[in-house]
Amino acid sequence: MTAPTKRNPLRDPRDKRLPRIAGPCGLVIFGVTGDLSRKKLMPAIYDLANRGLLPPGFALVGFARRDWADQDFMQVVHQAVKENARTPFRQEVWDQLAEGIRFVQGTFDDDAAFDTLAATVADLDRERGTGGNHAFYLSVPPSAFTTVVNQLKRAGLATPPTDSAGQWRRVVIEKPFGHDLASAKHLNKIVNEVFPEESVFRIDHYLGKETVQNIMALRFANQLYEPIWNANYVDHVQITMAEDIGLGGRAGYYDGIGAARDVIQNHLLQLLALTAMEEPVSFRPADLRAEKVKVLSATRPVGPFDETTARGQYTGGWQGGQRVPGLLEEGGFAKDSTTETYAAITCEINTRRWAGVPFYLRTGKRLGRRVTEVAVVFKRAPHLPFDDTATEELGQNALVVRVQPDEGVTMRFGSKVPGNTMEVRDVTMDFGYGHAFTESSPEAYERLLLDVLLGEPSLFPKNDEVELSWDILDPVLEHWAATGAPEKYKAGTWGPASADEMLARTGRHWRRP
Amino acid sequence: MIIDLPSTTTSQVNSKLVQLREEGGAVTLGRVLTLVIVTDDGAKTEDAVDAANDASREHPCRVIVVARGARKAAPRLDAQIRVGGDAGASEVIVLRLYGELANEGASCVVPLLLPDTPVVAWWPHEAPAVPAKDPIGQLAQRRITDAAAEKNPIKALEQRRSGYTPGDTDLAWTRLTLWRAMLASALDLPPFERVTAAEVSGEADSPSTDLLAAWLAGALKAPVKRAKATRGSGIVDVRMERRSGAVELVRPDGKVGTLAQPGQPERRVALQRREIRDCLAEELRRLDPDEVYESALRSLGKVVRGRTPVKATSAARKPARKATATADAKPADAKPAEAKPAEAKAPAKAPAKAVPAKAAAKAKQAKPAKAKS
Repeated sequence: MTAPTKRNPLRDPRDKRLPRIAGPCGLVIFGVTGDLSRKKLMPAIYDLANRGLLPPGFALVGFARRDWADQDFMQVVHQAVKENARTPFRQEVWDQLAEGIRFVQGTFDDDAAFDTLAATVADLDRERGTGGNHAFYLSVPPSAFTTVVNQLKRAGLATPPTDSAGQWRRVVIEKPFGHDLASAKHLNKIVNEVFPEESVFRIDHYLGKETVQNIMALRFANQLYEPIWNANYVDHVQITMAEDIGLGGRAGYYDGIGAARDVIQNHLLQLLALTAMEEPVSFRPADLRAEKVKVLSATRPVGPFDETTARGQYTGGWQGGQRVPGLLEEGGFAKDSTTETYAAITCEINTRRWAGVPFYLRTGKRLGRRVTEVAVVFKRAPHLPFDDTATEELGQNALVVRVQPDEGVTMRFGSKVPGNTMEVRDVTMDFGYGHAFTESSPEAYERLLLDVLLGEPSLFPKNDEVELSWDILDPVLEHWAATGAPEKYKAGTWGPASADEMLARTGRHWRRP
Repeated sequence: MIIDLPSTTTSQVNSKLVQLREEGGAVTLGRVLTLVIVTDDGAKTEDAVDAANDASREHPCRVIVVARGARKAAPRLDAQIRVGGDAGASEVIVLRLYGELANEGASCVVPLLLPDTPVVAWWPHEAPAVPAKDPIGQLAQRRITDAAAEKNPIKALEQRRSGYTPGDTDLAWTRLTLWRAMLASALDLPPFERVTAAEVSGEADSPSTDLLAAWLAGALKAPVKRAKATRGSGIVDVRMERRSGAVELVRPDGKVGTLAQPGQPERRVALQRREIRDCLAEELRRLDPDEVYESALRSLGKVVRGRTPVKATSAARKPARKATATADAKPADAKPAEAKPAEAKAPAKAPAKAVPAKAAAKAKQAKPAKAKS
């Protein structure tokens, strides 16, 4: 990626103002009628265009079953942009973008439709100068992956039209990347047969978030935290992703998958990797990935799973002023579904830095509130030169990276309570991203789509990371499959009782985020 | 919330700020810098504050506006504190200085600077000859001026060059970022040939056009010509000659550019003129000296000033040349004369359709507006 920069006299490493604009290219979205496409992808594309980061002549092709003409699709994109774009609507930006919008109608098993797609792409190269560079975004159910990927190959879309070095074809896929190690390997094999691994971009939108990238800045740009970022000082780490919504309308995707596969395998283990990895030699994609792979390969789930894991399923109740149904009453779920909507596991990392420090990962639906955070909880001071009564209310120091919402960092430490007695109590110090920097930081999808078009892979998990994560999770999943139904918990609470017991066994407790 | 403190001192302002913070929560805690706006007291001051408030959404800051009032009045300091909805994500302190105090702005600013955070000074209108030697400029790590907003933009740019000190920057340079990005990315792709010559045309009094030409001259190490455009506003046309043909980026209407490269279809690109608040937000993003700006300033002398505007289409050349002849003879009323050939040329530029005529009309309208800003 650095090669053209060297030969370009107008690029100067000191020139930090100049943004990287993607070279001539186009994006093809499969499953363009879906929610994600309308709410995230299309607005992100407009926002990129509005920020001047898309190449002139950028082309957007939609592929779906609907019987639409280019115009109809354009209308849909227009609507999506107006409703959901982050940046203000500018007619002239839209006009440029609209010129490159095409729609191809067809189903995934329809050879003719893919031939039309190939012709459309070739036309765009001629008319818009997309230069033979195209990315294919597969916003489709995993069952359709194989068909689409093979169709792309059959229609000659998987390889650039000429041998010239600069041209590329890339494919973007979304979670779930399989449902266990075997299926993930199978999926990787199918995709890699058509697209080489360096052309495969797996979207984990968490990795596009500013706060997640800030974990690296926090750890590696500061002197303050690194010395204590190890088993000598850290007692344990809690990584939480809680949602207050239920699963109404998502049965097709979720039933039989469950919280662990949906969230822990990708988002939480990636957060764990970023929190626990060693310092990479540089931020080049290969170096970064090497560290992530290293820490993931040292990570193991801790047993016995009856005591170190918890799973639950929400039941109906009152949440946030509304009566909400339990999972089994949600439409589309089997009445005897054993799909878990809450999952918590304990991991250990077998390295010198982390030996003996448990990493607790939990996620769930219909929990108290929507929050994602990484909390590093420190050991107590080895000696407290106060009276016993003075530090009764002092907890453990903690550093919390709040990923969403209210992105930022919280530090918890003890402070003297004003008064003429010495009494120490926990206080928090808060850094809010929204306060200290920007109200309008780019959406994760903006960043990630741009990285795909630039061919910048650092924020995308590669196949070995995916396989390693399954390797960590599989033993737990097997255990759960063998032990009946998940425990019930009431909607709006912080999960089943077994989750609290699982920490209480070692004298710890979950933070209330 | 707006609080007026007439005839006051900075320590009263400070204690009011502390009081406000205690009442309303941690107001200054998350501030990342202090932005000092130096201006004359008047209607234009509010525009600058609005721009700063918008920029503060990206970089929350304490904004101190030093508004210099009548020099003849008795010395007095009127302060106004704005927080909450009236101040974007910042807190704004407007200091109106009268009499002798008007020239002693720095003494009022010092007590109000946030501790241990960078200070940025911004002169939205007229700037001192050497910003780094100005008392307020000396307090700041970064000094932002705007050549285009001065009475004589080209002369102002010359002053920037002779007075450059690391930490200086000018919004005329910031306005170029989109252009520079587009041109740089055009050269990111093969063929990687040397650019043998380049030409930049734009409005006669557009400092951004001069800077763009200078930047190209410095970076390409090739002869660069600066020509006067016969139509359009700001920068109009950049042409970089290479062996395989020219890379040309044209923006006739100040909004949409067309990028032409040999062997590739013409591509249109949105290149709207950037608003002050966008420029300011970009400036606040980096607080270290801008070496690239410095070398562009140093290269101003390398640019060849062309008399004849060169147009892409040969049909356009004739009337254009005539127009400049008149323009050169009578610089005072050159502008209406310049607009005409563009209209006459409209039929010649088939693909652009009605755009040139509209652009010409816009250029006419734009003139008085420009003089104001």
